[in-house]
Amino acid sequence: MLAQQLVNGILLGATYALFALGFTLMFGVLRVINLTYGFYFTAGGFVAWYLTTRLGVGLALALPAAAVAAGAIAVVLDTLLLRRLRRARAGELASLMVTLGAVLALYAGMTALLGPDIRRLPPDVIGTGALVLGPVRVTQAQLLILGASVVLAAALVWLVRFSRLGLGIRAVAENPDVAGLMGIDAARIAALVSFVSGALAGAGGVLIGLAFNAIHPYMGEAMMLRGFVVIIMGGLGDIFGALLAGLLLGVVEVLTAGYLDSGLKEAVGFALLVLVLWTRPAGLFGRPVARRA
Amino acid sequence: MSAVPPWLDDLLWTYRNVVVSLGVNGLLALSMYAVLAAGQLSLGQAAFMGLGAYASALLTLRAGLPFWAVLPLSPLVPVGFALLVGGPTLRLSGIYLAIATIGLGEVLRAVYLNLDVLGGALGLSGIPESAPLWLIFALLAVALLAFWRLGRSRIGRAMEAMREDETAALAMGINVRRYRLATLLASAALAGLAGALSAHATDFIGPNDYGFEPAVAILSFALLGGVGSPLAPVLGAFLLTLLPEALRGFADLRLVLNGVVIVLAVLFLPRGLLAWRMRRRAA
Repeated sequence: MLAQQLVNGILLGATYALFALGFTLMFGVLRVINLTYGFYFTAGGFVAWYLTTRLGVGLALALPAAAVAAGAIAVVLDTLLLRRLRRARAGELASLMVTLGAVLALYAGMTALLGPDIRRLPPDVIGTGALVLGPVRVTQAQLLILGASVVLAAALVWLVRFSRLGLGIRAVAENPDVAGLMGIDAARIAALVSFVSGALAGAGGVLIGLAFNAIHPYMGEAMMLRGFVVIIMGGLGDIFGALLAGLLLGVVEVLTAGYLDSGLKEAVGFALLVLVLWTRPAGLFGRPVARRA
Repeated sequence: MSAVPPWLDDLLWTYRNVVVSLGVNGLLALSMYAVLAAGQLSLGQAAFMGLGAYASALLTLRAGLPFWAVLPLSPLVPVGFALLVGGPTLRLSGIYLAIATIGLGEVLRAVYLNLDVLGGALGLSGIPESAPLWLIFALLAVALLAFWRLGRSRIGRAMEAMREDETAALAMGINVRRYRLATLLASAALAGLAGALSAHATDFIGPNDYGFEPAVAILSFALLGGVGSPLAPVLGAFLLTLLPEALRGFADLRLVLNGVVIVLAVLFLPRGLLAWRMRRRAA
């Protein structure tokens, strides 16, 4: 019982980590809490749903296509909403508000166009078999999520830490003006980071839509609470922190639902968030940063 | 009711819900104004309103307290939550408060839905309609007057200084943290009051009335008006409450409107549509 709970918790946590990766990357480099992030997640789910049900495309093609589409949407929204604010050096709250308004308009517009119904990916896009190891049972969808999270997280770390582009990304994160003086095109890096974040969210939308078997306009919004908990617990902008915090949140939620009351799942995550803010505001693994004027 | 001419009585009866929304949304816009005017962003206005509404409904329905006792007691609950969430975040950059308060709204929706004591998905109904219309508008007028007076005082100037440049305000010896906590608590109390009034003016409250969408709508009231004077956000609320009445039955389009208002206001009208600023006597 406990073994299965822990495995379920880690698998759930992998979905949270996957969701929060792009969110925290966006903050780490562009210094904005971009609330349209949830919409990329929804968009990814819908693109995959359209491709698999209407065009009969397999998951192997639908997943990357959804990721690319969500990434493209992220670049467009970043250009429309945030570029002007970046140039005007508007405060961090202005960009938060603009993305908040935009994301409500997007969710509501999508609901008006497509209806609020829950859509499902066709059952045959993924096998129904399960892996059984002693007392523990893992479905193929869960395995796919775990595998994809590991691969995408590794790819992201490689991109940011070890590639030449990553050097540019880290330079822009450190100081966009100085990076510009060094010949780095900060606007191009911003577009690239938006694309990568959006693509991660889009892939997350497909995989999680698959695991929970539900795709609807507000699915990204429903995920945002977990996103907030994970990025703050992990430390804003910290990729490794987000991975660990995601797993931790998944395990805590599953154990709460299993041993206390399933109605308390969300409350426990939020209580963790408040606790972290009171005691370790830089995140569980973060070090405090001096405040600059 | 003899003092009210029959045509006005009819009008109020037909459009009672709209009239209630006008007053309640006006109060909510002021509660948003209180935090924005001090240069911070709380997205928990709807959550604070919900806490006030649920607290007031429980005090009336379960504890049997009279309305005049319920009304001042129920804002204490949102104030407590504001302290819990705002206490640590005020030491940090402004985004932490925004994130924590938006999270508060999400989590409370889940809690209302899951706890049977709070009515679960059905919400709480049968709340006596003991909040008269005049009281809502009287309280709105009092709050407006209070903010107006405050704006012209030392406190109002301190808030404006913090909003325009936090570091400069600190250097001038303004206790930014204390002012921010005070405005956050005042704003939570006001939103809680609005919640208690609306619960006792409409007889029903539900878990989905205080989530993400109303939180964004309340921000759109304040941003449409701008924070140049306390009257501006109230007028913004009136406009955004009346305008979509034409769009009745298209709830989604109303929400699109709220969202688009925020985007346009931040990008193109950072001082709001009603951008005049309060006049001050020369010091």
